[in-house]
Amino acid sequence: MSEARAQQPAFDPAVLYKGLFLAAVAVFVATPLIATLLGGFKSLGELRSNPFGLPVEWEWRNYADILASKRYWQLLGNSVVISTLTVILSLIVSSMAAFVFAHIKFFGREWLLSYLTLGLLFPAATAILPLFIKVRDLGLLDTYMGVVLPQVAFSLAMSVLLLRRFFKDIPEELMEAALIDGCSYINFFRYVTLPLSRPILATVGTIAFVHSWNAYLVPLVMLNTDARYPWPLGIMVYQGEYSAEWHLILAFITLTLLPTILLFLFAQKHIVAGLTAGAVKG
Amino acid sequence: MTASRARPFSDGRLATAALFLPPALVLFSLFVVMPIGEAAWYSGFNWNGFGAPRNWVGLENYRQVIDSRAFGLAFRNNLLIIAVSLLIQLPLALTLALMLAERFRGSVALRMLFFMPYVLAETATGLIFSFVYDGDYGLLAAVYRLFGAEAPHLLASPQTSMLAVLIVIVWKYFGFHMMLFIAALQGMDKSLLEAARIDGASRWQSLRYIVIPLLKPTIKLSVFFAIIGSLQLFDLVMPLTRGGPADSSNTLVTYLYNFGILRMRVGFGSAIGVILFLVCVTFAFTYKRWVLRDE
Repeated sequence: MSEARAQQPAFDPAVLYKGLFLAAVAVFVATPLIATLLGGFKSLGELRSNPFGLPVEWEWRNYADILASKRYWQLLGNSVVISTLTVILSLIVSSMAAFVFAHIKFFGREWLLSYLTLGLLFPAATAILPLFIKVRDLGLLDTYMGVVLPQVAFSLAMSVLLLRRFFKDIPEELMEAALIDGCSYINFFRYVTLPLSRPILATVGTIAFVHSWNAYLVPLVMLNTDARYPWPLGIMVYQGEYSAEWHLILAFITLTLLPTILLFLFAQKHIVAGLTAGAVKG
Repeated sequence: MTASRARPFSDGRLATAALFLPPALVLFSLFVVMPIGEAAWYSGFNWNGFGAPRNWVGLENYRQVIDSRAFGLAFRNNLLIIAVSLLIQLPLALTLALMLAERFRGSVALRMLFFMPYVLAETATGLIFSFVYDGDYGLLAAVYRLFGAEAPHLLASPQTSMLAVLIVIVWKYFGFHMMLFIAALQGMDKSLLEAARIDGASRWQSLRYIVIPLLKPTIKLSVFFAIIGSLQLFDLVMPLTRGGPADSSNTLVTYLYNFGILRMRVGFGSAIGVILFLVCVTFAFTYKRWVLRDE
């Protein structure tokens, strides 16, 4: 940039166009988000007369009332429980399977791996009705596990592939040596593979967490008590109740998005790397 | 294979496999594979989900799905989403990636801003935009009022509902594709570009003949995700329009939800699911075979 400027001190229209274009896209992306945040600080009347600007009168009560409500914390609490269980279970189940696929040769291994990768080909929505009936018949309807288990099952294909690729790069000699010294496969997995694989476990965990945290269809079908709803369902119910009171709805959306945005700002590198790696390497 | 000579079966290989594999295989079979098989079975019945399915109707459910106007519209909308993803979102993402791949003041902040919509939940995004489009309080209405015009209710008219949904789709997903391209551009061998520059290639020429060809695998991947993503689009549409008005903005999955799940027509909904499954699998296999075969 500075080099280019040194060579061409004259005005460069290309740089101007580029700047204008980037600014236009930035405005397109940021405006709805900023208007949502600010809208939560306005009264309904002001929202109508002044939807873009800063509030003339800051209505802190919109936010304060939600933060003081049981409902908000219950929704986030449900989401935390469901997402955490999903992440932990997927990491355990998929890393165990990936370890076998990476290190243990047996008849039918390739076949089983292809079987699992079938899961990459179609979304959960295709079989959502039979899935609902299965969860109902297992007695898991309207429980956290009724949401967690299908989510884990649908994340397995991607997780196993990502983990297996990483596990395979652990030097074979390391394993040979450990086995000769009398270390069992299970201990090798526990004390060597897992500690060495923290980066990929973080990636797989991130993908599972973001998907579960934002998921809507599976919880919508499996849960029918408001008290167990995760937040993406909760905001829909809230919007239904306060239909035209947009100032309250915007405050509620802002507060429920807050954890996602904070997490994104603090761990942006991992999240971007995780979500794009999942796409590219899966 | 050389290693196996040193390891007899008693070293716990099989025991480990027998302990480590079943959880994944059982979960996967129970919640992913069996439901698809059951969908194929249920789709032959007229069944409300209670008791055992008894009323066998053969292919009647499929006939009803194919004949219904809403299904045709939903299918058309999915094609429309794919078209917009390929013709608008992808070029936009590529242009931005080319601009933001080099570091300059603010480039990382802009990347993050553009990627952020991808991380936000679809339902929240849909609600934010139903505010943006709201004919009374929304941002769009305010812009119209500024020019003294009557604000349109985009989401309430069958002519404009899909357009409104498409704009949100671009808003939400272009940043993801941009990041894929940026990652590819940063991994690119710079010496080719340097050589081209020394040989006097213009910026446009090196873009056209070096950068784009090198990006081809990423472009193919991005197209793949755009199409698979469009086929499973649901969460974003529900808060905006629920597929309406008059079924004008259904996707295949909202159609399945509105006509199969909400009405508990298990056979009918399963038939839609099976069709969706066949579309996804056919597409994935064809694409892998014909387009991704070099990689």
